[in-house]
Amino acid sequence: MTEISVIAVLEDPVRRRLYDYVAAQGSGVSRTEAAAATGIGRTLAAFHLDRLAEAGLVEVTFARPAGRSGPGAGRPAKLYRRATTEHQVSVPPRDYRAAAELLAEVVDVTGAEPELQRAARSRGAAAGRAARQQSLVLPDDDLVSNSLEAQGYQPYRDGGGMRLRNCPFHLLADRHPPLICGMNLALLEGLLSGASVTSLSARLDPRPGECCVVLEESKNNGD
Amino acid sequence: MTGYHLAELNIGTARAPVNSPEMAGFMAGIVPVNALADTAPGFVWRLQDGDGPGATALRPCGPDVMVNMSVWEDLESLRDFVYRNGPHLDFMRRRRSWFHPMAVPYLVLWWVPAGHIPGLDEALSRLDLLRRDGPGPRAFTFHDPCPPPVPAAEAAR
Repeated sequence: MTEISVIAVLEDPVRRRLYDYVAAQGSGVSRTEAAAATGIGRTLAAFHLDRLAEAGLVEVTFARPAGRSGPGAGRPAKLYRRATTEHQVSVPPRDYRAAAELLAEVVDVTGAEPELQRAARSRGAAAGRAARQQSLVLPDDDLVSNSLEAQGYQPYRDGGGMRLRNCPFHLLADRHPPLICGMNLALLEGLLSGASVTSLSARLDPRPGECCVVLEESKNNGD
Repeated sequence: MTGYHLAELNIGTARAPVNSPEMAGFMAGIVPVNALADTAPGFVWRLQDGDGPGATALRPCGPDVMVNMSVWEDLESLRDFVYRNGPHLDFMRRRRSWFHPMAVPYLVLWWVPAGHIPGLDEALSRLDLLRRDGPGPRAFTFHDPCPPPVPAAEAAR
């Protein structure tokens, strides 16, 4: 499948909703779960999930329901989760990825990381100020969560803090971890300060398959 | 089990003497980060001297150049520690405040027979090799890794 036909599979609004749901979950989801979450029938959900799998947008695994094993445990359920492959379409063709790779390499070699982190912090702060101005009354957590969601981080609650299911800079971060994760940390620190959010603080805490930054409950209450 | 372990050498030119305020963050951080390495999965050995934390007192490449050398069971365990351990990644994020950038490779990886502890001479010659010929089976990097030697080829030598 060409990149553009893969993306075209997401044109159907129901399918898109299913994809968004599956992509936002930390582990594989069953047809029944996906149907319930998106408010459609199980048969329709199964049809669309299999179209997504054919396009390679989701991956299929098989697992028995938790707590059941051995003979008589029943047929393993088909589980769907977001595929790791990236798809990108640009019309007309653009290649920002190659440019980003080159720039990252040069920052690495010249040691311009402090400047990169400064630039990232002020960019994050501008985004944070804009988010705050748009929604002055929103609680901190919702404001941050909405803003991160809009930037593709796929945030989810984790205890009193927030973790990020998706790294928007994945390929670059994979090749230049200290550089890109450090830039990302500065972006998110900037976002928090720009939005005057003091209840959360950003820290590096990489986990496989997720963004390397975690937003933790600030410990500024003198505990 | 390949019969080989992965050795790593990493050098850096400090921006200031180790006892200066500029280097305080590095000197304070190196002890807990080394302790994390010691208990990390796949850790085998790291270079230490008697006079400072880690190998910070050793200067085989010049008065300002610090070295760091270690051995790991395989490439993935080293990669996990270097890039996927929160405190270590954070330490690396801050490295430019303590070390000058280098236009030539400053980190080299190579395979050693399991049980062999490489000396600094061996390590520095691998770094020279990497700088001279680029990455290859005898000296490589995280970006261009090489698999461990095949034991049969070793036996035929």
